[in-house]
Amino acid sequence: MSDPGAAVLLAVLVIPALGAGVLALLPDERKGAWLNVFLSFLTFVCALLLIGERPAPGPYLIVDDLNAVFIVVSTLVGFTTSVFSATYIAHELETGHLTHAHLRFYHAMYQMLMFGMNLALLSNNVGLMWVAVELATLTTVVMVGIYRTPAALEAAWKYFLLGSVGIALALFGTILVYLAARAVVGEGLDAMAWNILVANAHAFDPALLNLAFVFLLLGYGTKVGLVPLHAWLPDAHAEGPTPISAVLSGLLLNVALFAVLRFKGIMSANPAALAPGPLMVTLGLASVLFAAVMLYRRQDIKRLFAYSSIEHMGVITFAFGMGGTLANFAGLLHMALHSLTKSAIFFCVGHIAQAKGTQRMADIRGLTVTHPVLGWSLALGVIAIAGLPPMGLFMTEFLIVTSTFARAPVLAIVLGLSLLVGLGALLLRLNEMAFGEPDGRRDPASASFLPVGLHLALVLVAGVWLPPALVSWFQYVASLLN
Amino acid sequence: MIGPLALDVAHLFAGGLVLVSVMLLYQDRMTGLINTFALHALVVSFSVAWQAFIQDAPHLYITAAIALVVKAAVIPLALHRIVVRLGIHRTIEPTVGIGLTMLAAIGLIALSIMVMLPITAQAGALAREDLSFALSVILLGLLMMISRRNAVSQVVGFMSIENGLILAATGAKGMPLVVEISVAFSILVALIVIGIFLFRIRERFETVDIHLLHEHRGEQP
Repeated sequence: MSDPGAAVLLAVLVIPALGAGVLALLPDERKGAWLNVFLSFLTFVCALLLIGERPAPGPYLIVDDLNAVFIVVSTLVGFTTSVFSATYIAHELETGHLTHAHLRFYHAMYQMLMFGMNLALLSNNVGLMWVAVELATLTTVVMVGIYRTPAALEAAWKYFLLGSVGIALALFGTILVYLAARAVVGEGLDAMAWNILVANAHAFDPALLNLAFVFLLLGYGTKVGLVPLHAWLPDAHAEGPTPISAVLSGLLLNVALFAVLRFKGIMSANPAALAPGPLMVTLGLASVLFAAVMLYRRQDIKRLFAYSSIEHMGVITFAFGMGGTLANFAGLLHMALHSLTKSAIFFCVGHIAQAKGTQRMADIRGLTVTHPVLGWSLALGVIAIAGLPPMGLFMTEFLIVTSTFARAPVLAIVLGLSLLVGLGALLLRLNEMAFGEPDGRRDPASASFLPVGLHLALVLVAGVWLPPALVSWFQYVASLLN
Repeated sequence: MIGPLALDVAHLFAGGLVLVSVMLLYQDRMTGLINTFALHALVVSFSVAWQAFIQDAPHLYITAAIALVVKAAVIPLALHRIVVRLGIHRTIEPTVGIGLTMLAAIGLIALSIMVMLPITAQAGALAREDLSFALSVILLGLLMMISRRNAVSQVVGFMSIENGLILAATGAKGMPLVVEISVAFSILVALIVIGIFLFRIRERFETVDIHLLHEHRGEQP
């Protein structure tokens, strides 16, 4: 272990894996919550170090420019969510929603989920990545069902069934990719390693690759929540504990999208294969359009923001499908900012649901009067997620729409209109919740606003002034994606 | 080199798996369904063992053994116990009629053969037929999952999909061990999850018909 990069890389995986074991054995759940925070922070620091110290790609693990972006965003949100979770989950214990044993299990599963996601992002093997995504999915299934209410069980069961079907299709696609690679690279591990696959993709059989990509897009697309395959997403978000909703929206959807991007890279490297762009553009646009309309009919606050996640994943998939340095840049930045904003919103929603004792939007009114900090944080978050200036998501959506205008004006008009429709729904709901006549319960919200403040501040800064170093880094990654 | 007889036997097992998949679709009793699934797992384990023999890949015997022990014996026994305890021996409620399901099944098999055979022309005779059979098994499993309401039959449908995936993975010669073990492992993990779910669902509703669950949605459509 002379290479410092390899040691750091290993640490990003070993810390959560060992942490899950320790947390499962630790009897005191207060200590467990703070150990969870500490471990997540350590993982985040190690992930930051990975940017500077990059180990050489091995047969199983790799750090390149693309997954460095994802792993930093992932571990940052993982850390802040653990802070939020520590203040949130104690309240669940007081109200009797969860028992001590559940809480121990919850913290262990949280680290297990982090391990699964980090492994999926860092793997240099299509099979290993598939296993990691499967692991992350199974842990979230268990966490969604943790309250054991009928609604939670239904949500978990639906998520499990749709997720398994998705993962089965993805495995079939993975096998087809291996078959295509075997004819060129030869048998064994090489035929499953990313860097070798991309380098040799030009010689693969295009027909096999095409079929493989259809399966992979449908399989991992189920996890992204793209529209014909999204049915699990709103239920899973609404019925699980709120920190899990934040991690699902902010991170797990990204991990699945990352898998699609990796395979898109292989497809683009083969000139004879089907262009992956139009497929992704179609699915992305369908998601945006559908989610924007569905936003109007929501009555549950967590479902509202779950549909908003479908909308934004659609926007990101659309941007990567369009391709080109500008659209890729905007898509990548949009992905990072959406993770930050959406998890901040779910932090607020968690505190609101605890203070008001309900998730029904009709019963949540006048938050800026009863809970000023909470109400204004939610307002700021919704303004950001709706894509209004000066927040960062305005800039990225603007970039995506304008760069599309130059190449496919009709698509840009449809996308722009759908975004406006979605914006209308979000502002309508926000107006009632934040500024209506206050009523209902008024329990004080005892919460840490550090995670919310940090996320929203980052999103605001991104909208006003992006550091040049960050811009050039993202631009470089965007050009690699072409 | 793989002789023609060896290939024929491999195709016999793979084709047999498709046949058993079709048999799964017309079972109208729980016990019959579970027994047919045990047969499904048995055929897959023979198929994998034969592949291990003709490809000279001893690690595949492990996959075959796992399929034989876990999926052909342990899981069917556990499912029988669940079914008896819940008292749902004879309640299979198809959402679509059996005749229509069979027609759809024939269509799906034809589709997968027509899609896979031309594409995998260069992949070698072994992978070629195996992949089209495997795709048929996967599609039939999906059909089973959407045409049944009962949680136990959906689980059986899911496991038949996994069997199809194993068939595809072993047909792809030389695929690294990682995936085979992971497939077996994922089935185990999935089962633990399923077990917990079945247990909890029974605990709450006294029934495993997930159709009932829809009444509990937090929201009016």
